[in-house]
Amino acid sequence: MSFYPICAEYNDAPLAEQFGSVTEHDVRRALNKTTLSPEDFLALLSPAAIPFLEEMAAKASQLTLQHFGRTIQLFTPLYMANFCTNKCVYCGFNTKNNIPRSQLGPEELEKEAKAIAATGLKHLLILTGDARAKSSPEYIESAVEILRKHFPSVSIEIYAMTEEEYGRQVEAGVDGMTMFQETYNEELYPDLHPAGPKADYRFRLDAPERACQAGMRVVNIGALLGLDEWQHDALKTGIHAAYLQDKYPEVDIAVSLPRIRTHVGDAFTPKSLVSDTALVQNMLALRIFLPRCGITISTREAPDFRENILPLGVTRMSAGVSTEVGGHTGEDEDKVSQFDISDERSVDEMCEVLRKHGYQPVFKDWHPLQEAS
Amino acid sequence: MNNDIFKLGGLEFNSRLLTGTGKYADDSVIPDVCEASGSQIITVALRRVDLESDTGNVMDFIPKHMQLLPNTSGARTAEEAVRIARLAKAMGCGDWIKIEVISDNKYLLPDGYETAKATEILAKEGFVVLPYVNADLYIARSLVDAGAAAVMPLGAPIGTNRGLKTREMVRILIDEIDLPIIVDAGIGRPSEACEAMEMGADACLVNTAIATASNPKMMAKAFGRAVKAGREAYLSGPGAKHSHAKASSPLTGFLHEG
Repeated sequence: MSFYPICAEYNDAPLAEQFGSVTEHDVRRALNKTTLSPEDFLALLSPAAIPFLEEMAAKASQLTLQHFGRTIQLFTPLYMANFCTNKCVYCGFNTKNNIPRSQLGPEELEKEAKAIAATGLKHLLILTGDARAKSSPEYIESAVEILRKHFPSVSIEIYAMTEEEYGRQVEAGVDGMTMFQETYNEELYPDLHPAGPKADYRFRLDAPERACQAGMRVVNIGALLGLDEWQHDALKTGIHAAYLQDKYPEVDIAVSLPRIRTHVGDAFTPKSLVSDTALVQNMLALRIFLPRCGITISTREAPDFRENILPLGVTRMSAGVSTEVGGHTGEDEDKVSQFDISDERSVDEMCEVLRKHGYQPVFKDWHPLQEAS
Repeated sequence: MNNDIFKLGGLEFNSRLLTGTGKYADDSVIPDVCEASGSQIITVALRRVDLESDTGNVMDFIPKHMQLLPNTSGARTAEEAVRIARLAKAMGCGDWIKIEVISDNKYLLPDGYETAKATEILAKEGFVVLPYVNADLYIARSLVDAGAAAVMPLGAPIGTNRGLKTREMVRILIDEIDLPIIVDAGIGRPSEACEAMEMGADACLVNTAIATASNPKMMAKAFGRAVKAGREAYLSGPGAKHSHAKASSPLTGFLHEG
């Protein structure tokens, strides 16, 4: 079994027509249900739901408070390498972009880890470009060994792996993985990913499921909103999350909602403009459809916006972010980021803001079990 | 009532309300909640405990007089629960453990079979084991055999604040199980905790309803009073319910006179 045939059905469906035909009655019905079907989720993502945003917000807010309380888990990304063999037309790490490339060695990694750990953060997300020859699974495993001395929770956001490779990462101490499908639109996908291993749509689509099968504790998925019509990718992301949640109930399924950002060498125009209202509608619909699902909002979003959406469904936020390789120690002025961030506040500043809004920043929400056996 | 001691795990407590540490906007409210509620037992998720942190460790806010009840939140199997319990002990959290084995992140319902397995292992190791389970007589009996110190049936799915939805099943456990019955999870209002105590439950554990209230301290106080009121009602032996009216001076009373 795979999510592929389910996704293919949605890819083949006349989605624009379906979104356009949703009525006020459909939205009300979805809002009054406790367990929503994919059709209800579609209704909440449709233009017909816009007049109901406040009602949706009230429901999403109540569900978030009930299941997660007034807490926000904080994490930060650590870019270990920016070598990449892909030609993703919207990404700063695109192999065609003439940028300085680098990869952290063990000593640099230790330095970065110490710098991040000094901020108090305990959840770390490590990233590399898609370059197996440079950032091999072995390289990542050895990095995890170093990082686990400083962080109880290390997640990976790297190229798609086989189930066996994910299993090895779990063995090495990785407890979470993030995989962005970028767009679920199979027809559009090759235009955005013209070359490189990432061009294999299906291998990437099934990666989160392989991670579930390999025993990953947290699996985080998402689309890069704006590559396709945002409602279409939002719908398929939610259906994908529901599929994984139903099939792998022991895995904590989470969704990230990144909007496309500008980056170095930018000549790409997104297909769909994702307004603040659209992103909020997406988050509310997702929360109401999947009340227990983790929702991540990154520093791609502006400070004010991140603060305003706190009660609406978000459960994880990045803080103290650098999207450059070695960016946390800041020793190299020439480094290039993968994309521009909007919220440059430090971890301390983020904590202060969260507390000001009545939220507890949670640094540690996992205790690794390996040592105890 | 002053002598109504709650005995659990070889210790004695004056309060029958157990509280939690999750979901608060700020952990610094925990001491106030403990004081207002009168609770003497508090559960904490080991996965949130960060003994290496200079600031912000939840343990710093738990009053010293409280009995610590670490829980195995995050465990998906008996094996993971056992590992977490041993870790908690090694970290100096004592030998009380609340077993939570949940392998369904959608509904967060406890896995009774895995819970019983973990209970058996840990009870043999000398832990005071308090397992969180569905309100099910067979599971409860297996927990008695496994050496549990109490049985903690859910009132409704965890965090839902839906109340005592398992009322009839909890009643059966109260009648049949010769261990303290602590209603855990789902209780959303003090009246529901009161009802559980009136039925004869030995104690209630409340977290979400207090932590997510607009005023957690006031809600904690309300729960403390409700649990006490329910206990007093139970001990006072409430009159039986009848389907039709009964005169306080029976009409046939004269037949027994003289």
